[in-house]
Amino acid sequence: MNKVLFFAHLRDVVGEEFIMVDASGKTVAELKAELAAKYDLPRLETVMTAMNEEFAPNDEVIRDGDEIALIPPVSGG
Amino acid sequence: MTFYEISKEPINIQAVIDKVVRREAGAITTFIGTVRELTGGKKTLFLEYQAYEAMAVKKLAQIGAEIEQRWSGAKAAITHRIGRLDITDVAVVIAVSTPHRADAYEANRYAIERIKEIVPIWKKEHWENGEEWVGNQLETAAYPSGKPEAGDFDE
Repeated sequence: MNKVLFFAHLRDVVGEEFIMVDASGKTVAELKAELAAKYDLPRLETVMTAMNEEFAPNDEVIRDGDEIALIPPVSGG
Repeated sequence: MTFYEISKEPINIQAVIDKVVRREAGAITTFIGTVRELTGGKKTLFLEYQAYEAMAVKKLAQIGAEIEQRWSGAKAAITHRIGRLDITDVAVVIAVSTPHRADAYEANRYAIERIKEIVPIWKKEHWENGEEWVGNQLETAAYPSGKPEAGDFDE
């Protein structure tokens, strides 16, 4: 299973801090597309992805146990 | 000592500075980011900061490592606060020490710009008539490859 974390406006839309899904074997892009369709996520083309706390490209393949986070454009500072 | 922190409590500015005090340093610059009341003529009531804490600490440490590599003899300490912050509250403190002053100014500026680029922290503006998550100054940036590009560094 994979923990998928949401932040900022995505957390508000999904209504959860995280969900558990089985995404092993899928690419980051495939998972993002599924989540976008399921939760009607806005502006996903601007959203980066982290895998195990490091930015991951869209073609990266997810393994069982990987922690995924959707990272909207950051606004710290 | 922890040089890179996400804090739910008010930041002790002096404690951040003290982390970079070293005998070989001739300069320490401190950046203090505070909550501004007016943005584009709109009055902010308060801000709410959220972080992907584990990754944010790693990315702050990455910025510190980049600084040590780019400016010889530099040492950085960064603490970013999260949660609800009122106007004038301190959101982030960056202290950088270097042997000579020019590098301390440059490296400190580099740190805040990198924070705005790669550290997973978000702020929500609360106004009298609404609220909104702020994303990279008006959602202008897209990340076609899924992560920041090498050139994504202007503010």
